[in-house]
Amino acid sequence: MMTSESWKKRAVRWAGLVAMVLVLPSAWSNPAGVKLDRAPINPADMASLQRGAQHFMNYCLTCHSAQYARFDLLLSLGLTEDQIKKNLILTDAKMADYMTVVLNPKDAKNWFGVPPPDLSVEARVRGADWLYTYLRSFYRDEHREGGWNNLVFRGVAMPNVLWELQGEQELEPGAGATPGDHHAGKLVLAKPGTLSPKDYDQFVADLVNYLVFLAEPARETRIHIGYGVMIFLALAFVVTRALKKEYWKDVH
Amino acid sequence: MKIAARLLDWVDARFPLTTVWREHLAEYYAPKNFNFWYYFGSLAMLVLVIQIVTGIFLTMNYKPDARFAFASVEYIMRDVDYGWLIRYMHSTGASMFFVVVYLHMMRGLLYGSYQKPRELIWYLGMAIYLCLMAEAFFGYLLPWGQMSYWGAQVIVSLVDAISPPLALWIRGDYVIADATLNRFFAFHVIALPLVLLVLVFLHIVALHQVGSNNPDGIEIKEKKDPQTGIPLDGIPFHPYYTVKDIMGVVGFLIVYFGIIFFMPEMGGYFLEENNFIPADPLKTPPHIAPVWYFTPFYAILRAIPQKQLGVAAMGLAVVIFFLLPWLDRGLVKSIRYRGTIYKTALGLFVAAFLVLGYMGTQDPSLWYVNPVSRVCAVVYFGFFLLMPFYSRLDKTKPVPERVTG
Repeated sequence: MMTSESWKKRAVRWAGLVAMVLVLPSAWSNPAGVKLDRAPINPADMASLQRGAQHFMNYCLTCHSAQYARFDLLLSLGLTEDQIKKNLILTDAKMADYMTVVLNPKDAKNWFGVPPPDLSVEARVRGADWLYTYLRSFYRDEHREGGWNNLVFRGVAMPNVLWELQGEQELEPGAGATPGDHHAGKLVLAKPGTLSPKDYDQFVADLVNYLVFLAEPARETRIHIGYGVMIFLALAFVVTRALKKEYWKDVH
Repeated sequence: MKIAARLLDWVDARFPLTTVWREHLAEYYAPKNFNFWYYFGSLAMLVLVIQIVTGIFLTMNYKPDARFAFASVEYIMRDVDYGWLIRYMHSTGASMFFVVVYLHMMRGLLYGSYQKPRELIWYLGMAIYLCLMAEAFFGYLLPWGQMSYWGAQVIVSLVDAISPPLALWIRGDYVIADATLNRFFAFHVIALPLVLLVLVFLHIVALHQVGSNNPDGIEIKEKKDPQTGIPLDGIPFHPYYTVKDIMGVVGFLIVYFGIIFFMPEMGGYFLEENNFIPADPLKTPPHIAPVWYFTPFYAILRAIPQKQLGVAAMGLAVVIFFLLPWLDRGLVKSIRYRGTIYKTALGLFVAAFLVLGYMGTQDPSLWYVNPVSRVCAVVYFGFFLLMPFYSRLDKTKPVPERVTG
């Protein structure tokens, strides 16, 4: 039977653990209030990452820089230097160069209102789910200067640069929605693009997968090393606990 | 063997090595009944060492210049060998420092460790805590992200509410700028670490003068073996508590490295999402929240509509801990022998502190944030200000002669 003193000791110990758990994170909420789709990405899928890198070079890097990353980063995606130089570097940049853009920030500001943000760590700012939903939530809006709007990022400065692939979506007002009630509506594909909706989703998933990699290239290494460290520490805990018990057995 | 003994004699004649070893480890008698709460003092020292060592390596590649600071952090994360590990150890270490220190302070509250004769240990500990807050604040500006920038802007604007010339003097410019970054770097890497080390040294010197308290709140020095003069309930710190603390260290490292390797952002609490956007003086983020360890005080600040009063309340919320030895009129030290009144008061205080911490992370435009914060702030200050009354009224239990294990 447990004595009341040992019960109290346990209660005090648990209070400490609860205090530690309370500083654990709560869910990150989406400020716009749109329900985000879960990004179907797999950071271990090299083929997906390679496709994503290709999409990134073709569609993003013309306006958005990734100025903290170098091209030789792509070597860790299982690509050879030749493949990278031939297919992925579209300028005269060298392997060790940073992924910058020629687009002049002043021009960019004139054209879009804001200079396109650098994408090196964008996935750490927005999260994969946000990016995945955002890139699939553009719709035609004649009230906007550029003709595009986005469900996740209202009044976004970026036009839908992927419209040829995705086609054109329109916002169909939901039942009971008042005019201008942006979130009550549903997106419908008004004009199909060159990719089927399913292929387009895959296209975006690959791109987001790459953006997540780009934001923290060490991520896979980190997790990989982490397992080893945890196993080592678990063993060390068993050993140090036994050592403590051995020393303490004469303390009463 | 002979050479080693002679070498030791040579050193001892010139430096009190054996004396220090005996007085502070091998023959320093600590109560034998330390529990879970007694790991956090040594863990705080471990984290301090981790922060200093990782900090040295970060400094080798970090550039304290508004143009290069953000990029140099990304350089560390990408191009420096294991730079990501060093950086995560430092960023996680900052948060874990506060986790450990808060639990260490909680231990003091539970077992009355601030009471006579340990008032000076408590004051020195509080000085360490203030120093740590300043260290964390200065360090948080260095990555030069949006939250770094605007967090510093908010805190310095609090100084501005009291004295604009003082705020100007701190910033070295009319806004947070390159000059601010340079001086915060100086404070973070040299000034405050030096003060911290001195204070930690004094904290331990004061502790070893009076000896540790324990979960029963009994002075073990009052019951000594008449022959040896050793406290009956004391055991030598080395090897008993060294081996026990080594186990504690490994337990701590499991949590610490678990965070580093599997969730270094800790869901945005240890590394905030918005701090991956470079600082932009022209673009105020919609929601500025300090890192979690400051949020209880931040919630108190926001709960008070008048800015100067809010700043005063926030400052008071931090420094009021200094008054504890004087406010507590209880007859016993440990929570084990306190009555219902004190236990209830402490429970309410802990709940208020945690809820305030949560509220401080939330958007203040949510209807419940400020009202709930106000209620909690009243409880928070009530715990301290009413303590002279309720701690005296409390019906305490008899304290045993010897520790109960």
